[in-house]
Amino acid sequence: MTNVVQVIVDAGALGSLYALVALAIGLVFGVMRLINFAQADYATIGAYSLVVPTASITPPLMFGALPTALMVGCVIGTVILLALLTERVAFRPLRNSNPATLLISSFAVSYFLQNLVVLVHSGRPKSVGIGGSLTNAVELWGIRIPGVQLLTMGVAATLLVVLVLFLKKTPLGIQMRAAAENFQMARLLGVPANRVIAVAFAISGFLAGTVSLLLVIQTGTLDIKMGLMPVVYAFFATVIGGMGSLPGAALGGFIVGVVSVLLQTYLPTDLRPFRDAGVFALVILILLFRPQGLIVTSAARERV
Amino acid sequence: MRLVRFWFPAVALVVPIAVLVLLSQSFAPLTVQRVVTEALIRIVAVVGLYIFVGNSGIVSFGHVTFMAIAAYAAAWQTCCQMLKPITMSGLPAFLRDNTFPLLPSALTSIAAAGALAFLSGLVLMRLSGLAASISSLALLFIVNVVYSNWESVTMGTASVVGIPTYVTAPVALVCAILAIVVAYLYQVSSRGLTLRATRDDEVAAAASGISLYWSRLFAFTLSGFVMGLAGVLHAHYLGTISINAYFLNLTFLTLAMLVVGGQRSLAGAVVGVVVLSAIIDIFRRLEAGVSVGTAQLALPAGTQELILAAVMLVILIFRKDGLMGGRELELPRGKAEPPARVQSAKNLAGAAGKT
Repeated sequence: MTNVVQVIVDAGALGSLYALVALAIGLVFGVMRLINFAQADYATIGAYSLVVPTASITPPLMFGALPTALMVGCVIGTVILLALLTERVAFRPLRNSNPATLLISSFAVSYFLQNLVVLVHSGRPKSVGIGGSLTNAVELWGIRIPGVQLLTMGVAATLLVVLVLFLKKTPLGIQMRAAAENFQMARLLGVPANRVIAVAFAISGFLAGTVSLLLVIQTGTLDIKMGLMPVVYAFFATVIGGMGSLPGAALGGFIVGVVSVLLQTYLPTDLRPFRDAGVFALVILILLFRPQGLIVTSAARERV
Repeated sequence: MRLVRFWFPAVALVVPIAVLVLLSQSFAPLTVQRVVTEALIRIVAVVGLYIFVGNSGIVSFGHVTFMAIAAYAAAWQTCCQMLKPITMSGLPAFLRDNTFPLLPSALTSIAAAGALAFLSGLVLMRLSGLAASISSLALLFIVNVVYSNWESVTMGTASVVGIPTYVTAPVALVCAILAIVVAYLYQVSSRGLTLRATRDDEVAAAASGISLYWSRLFAFTLSGFVMGLAGVLHAHYLGTISINAYFLNLTFLTLAMLVVGGQRSLAGAVVGVVVLSAIIDIFRRLEAGVSVGTAQLALPAGTQELILAAVMLVILIFRKDGLMGGRELELPRGKAEPPARVQSAKNLAGAAGKT
């Protein structure tokens, strides 16, 4: 029984983490047909902003030394700035390119940022301790749950609700959904393209910053590839959910997170290292039966 | 004359490369010769990538997987007879206890890569362009995870060493020429032209009776074979392979070369390899350090990667069709004939519909 609850908690925490990343990717994809590889490096750079750039493997803290609220603000602020900067420098000049070109360019931006981190911080993994007390287990109804899992779920649930409210209730949110539905039409009706796209990048930066903090609290290490796996999972989540559909992205995120935890728990021990391969194979299987994804939007099809 | 005109785009690529290689063989120092051989292997890989990406317009992140498949298949057949039963004990007995001759092993390895390309293409090509790109990333990750963890067969992430090294510049040159000729014959064949039609206008092509699925699948499989050739060459050039050499960095490098040269033409693929190989080599030397007078100057490690990404972004922003602008090297034509580029894909979509 305890075991089952533990698995459900793990699945919920990981699923909501992936849902957050998938939403960030889905938002940007919605407004400019860009699948943003650099999302991985937003999270990585957010995490690295906690420490002073040195080659040491136990570096002194930079933002990590600030009081909690300030630290969270600084990290997320850095990532938002970075996201806006990449939009302005790399993606805005390419706005009218086809999606394949945008995809390749985001791959290049990602490669650039990743090697910039290597240049500044050296490529070796580092250890960093923030939120130490959170890794302790919390006792709930006789079941021990790591505090960081609860935190992840709480933060993710809050952000999901806030994001949904933002998209449904505020004028800017409605403009974003309109832009995701049909960008040309939205512009003709007076939705400002630059602002909508900038806001989408800012939100994706905000989510990436949050994810970076959650990842660091969970693992206590910094690694240049730390943002990669969540973002790759989120890519598949958006494809499973249906390209261009925000509810689809969140749903897809939960699916890959839950499947990943289930495989980790119930696979025989000697097959467990192959977990990721199992999840990705499942992605391809789902696509075999629903090539358009689970929730099909008009954005998924080429308009004539 | 028609024959000359037909073959000119391929010959115009092959001859300068061959001359460069022969010159470097006779006059250049050994380090340059190694750079040349590596570049030739990359030409095979990037031309393989081009066969699918260039002609279909769909980005693939999964192609270096086929290199990995072929490289490992070649290693299993040819490497280290004494050590194999210990280090790779999980291999089937006929592989574990035998060493195969080089040529049959190369051919079967290439066939294995092509077979995987066909099988994965059966699934991937059902998807629309972008979804196919992302799912090709899934292919890359699946094979990487499996090969990294299948210790008893692949030695995990450790390097497989002791593969015979027979790939010298002439061998690589012959293979590069072969890849270029295959890619050229494909792109001027009716299959190649129909695929280019789907690239230029998916809806019109489909409406003209072209099957998006089969035309893409054919190119995907063919490019899988050529990538397999690149993988075999790579393994027999280095003599040592490890699965993480065939992952995101190599994917990035090959894509960058294709984009910088211009992904819409075969000449672009080849030029991209030559230009970026030169840039990479120059910056590698600068990172290692050069002496100016008495001072020793060196760029910090990692500069080369930053330059690579920056070059690629600049090309994408300011010259989207790459250095070659999507053109082949062609003989100038008389005024009566329309240029070949204009009459290519879109008109053909109409022609295919009539037949």
